[in-house]
Amino acid sequence: MPIFDVLTWDIVLITFRLAIPITFAAVGGTLSERSGVINIGLEGMMLMGAFGGVLGSFLTGSAWMGLVFAMILGGLAGLVHAVLSVHYKANQVVSGVGINILAAGLTVILVRAIWGKEGMSAQVESLDMVTVPLLNKIPYLGDLFTDQTPLLYLMILVVATAWFVMFKTNIGLRLRALGDHPQAVRTAGISIKKYRFICVILSGVLSGLGGSYLSIVHNNIFVQGMTAGRGFMALAANIFGGWNPAGSFGAGLIFAFAQAIRLNMLEFEIPDQFIQMLPYIVTLLILVLAGRKSRAPESLGAPDE
Amino acid sequence: MNSKVKNRALSVSLITEDIIISLFSIVLALLVGAIIVFFLGNSPVEAYGALLSGAFGSVRSIAGTLTKTVPLIFTGLAVAIAFRCGLFNIGAEGQLYVGSIAGVIVGLSLPFLPAVILLPLSILSGMSVGFLWGGIPGFLKARFQTHEVIVTVMLNYVAIFLTSYLVNYPFKSDGMVAQTDMLPLAAQLPKLVQKTQLSAGLFIAIAAVFFVYWFLWKTSWGYEIRAVGENPSAAEAGGIGRKKNTFLAMALSGSIASLAGITHVHGIYGRFIEGYSPGFGFTGIAVAVLGRNHPFGVVLSAILFGALDAGALRMDRTTEISSDLVIVIQGLVILFVAAPGIIRSISTRLRGGK
Repeated sequence: MPIFDVLTWDIVLITFRLAIPITFAAVGGTLSERSGVINIGLEGMMLMGAFGGVLGSFLTGSAWMGLVFAMILGGLAGLVHAVLSVHYKANQVVSGVGINILAAGLTVILVRAIWGKEGMSAQVESLDMVTVPLLNKIPYLGDLFTDQTPLLYLMILVVATAWFVMFKTNIGLRLRALGDHPQAVRTAGISIKKYRFICVILSGVLSGLGGSYLSIVHNNIFVQGMTAGRGFMALAANIFGGWNPAGSFGAGLIFAFAQAIRLNMLEFEIPDQFIQMLPYIVTLLILVLAGRKSRAPESLGAPDE
Repeated sequence: MNSKVKNRALSVSLITEDIIISLFSIVLALLVGAIIVFFLGNSPVEAYGALLSGAFGSVRSIAGTLTKTVPLIFTGLAVAIAFRCGLFNIGAEGQLYVGSIAGVIVGLSLPFLPAVILLPLSILSGMSVGFLWGGIPGFLKARFQTHEVIVTVMLNYVAIFLTSYLVNYPFKSDGMVAQTDMLPLAAQLPKLVQKTQLSAGLFIAIAAVFFVYWFLWKTSWGYEIRAVGENPSAAEAGGIGRKKNTFLAMALSGSIASLAGITHVHGIYGRFIEGYSPGFGFTGIAVAVLGRNHPFGVVLSAILFGALDAGALRMDRTTEISSDLVIVIQGLVILFVAAPGIIRSISTRLRGGK
């Protein structure tokens, strides 16, 4: 079977869609970690967002409000992480692990309380697909503007904005300094706490959006544990992408591609597990090869004393 | 002499503070849990009553609690030993998978051996694989300064997919389920209580607790690991190799974590079933943190978490409350323990502010 059959145009479109939840959370991870706060809690924040999406859509009948709820619940989870690890100087890894466990339990309890069901919400209004007029007439590329979720464009907007702010503005300069040399930033009279709070909450908001893709775009229902490790995948994408929003997006595409080609690879008789494993192994190799020149923020994980 | 006395007094008060913070965190988490139950329109007393009787109400429920406690003792110890060296092992989940698949493969491959040889051989093979798998992030940290948290997260996925491949292809038993064949009886851990799942893995867990205590506080290897954890540069200045101990602590951590899987598979299922762990490795982090990374503390918090898990089933059946309430409580416990500042500020307020 020639390689062209694997790399069909459909696969490209599917890849873009699958990249959406990972990329949102990965950019969130980039923001948090650039400010110096490790964020293992992306998984739980995504899960809260997935739940919030369905809750908002259920309560208001509008999937757009679902997105708002997803951002709020994700942001609240981010706030918890910020309060614990920035204000109370908790161990950031422990705090993140706690958020993941808490979110896993809380969403199931709330599902049972609201819909009286076990591990699954009722069906709700999902977010409609859109077609962008004119742009959808471009040969090939037009497909990216036909029957796509608005979150696709929001993702690109978020990636571009985050990249621009981080690398082209003063705020970004301070943000990056914060992760590397927080003391220097303090000397310049800037509140470390304020920056870190904003970044960590934003990471929750973005992860929440990523989670809502799973529940009210790809589906119309919340299912217990439906993020299935995508938060950790996002963390990996952030690292793979070199703690850079654009890199996170690129890595998100690669991770999504590995998922997208699964069905087509069956004919090569390569067990699915190895294809699934690949992004993680490549991330590991990159980490090792980057070694001491790794672009990880230098003070990542150190609470501000 | 005087300063030694003072040091001891200081360390005792630190230990007391640790214990108080852990206890307060549990109480606070249970309190928040009760409030959640109340707001969902149910009786907290009824919910916790069901939880308690489900966990300790009869011999069988105590056996059930201990069954849930055993894997958490191992993963808790594993996280604690790495933590004593200043390392964070998020990879216990993957380590227990690769260790237990190795133990099962050995058990299945040599069915002709008698139990006295086959069982220890399977367990030790699994532990060796866990040692090597856990050693990878230690080695990478020592050699390339890669962050062990990131590496262990990646390796969890590699381990899950790798074992999934093994039980779906080369070692798959007949039938639809992704699992291996049953182990020969000679490779299974005997059950301790009739009609329960409690196996002799409990004794291995108890032995592991004392081993870790002895190793960390009574041997020079353990001393070195703790020295690196407390102050890496001072340890290095004192001639204690940071790299060697980083590897050793992670590898040991991996081999102990693998016992969580090995005792589960050899003691409960008798075979490796794809994705059988409900997250023992992650709960182990909570267990270690609540137990203050001390082996005896780990035992107590593993019993607490095991009891919550075991009692949850009864609560789920007999009340309107979902068993997932205990997961919320576990999550809250971790968050409170992680931020002792919360407990401190509450206690100052209770004492009438400062």
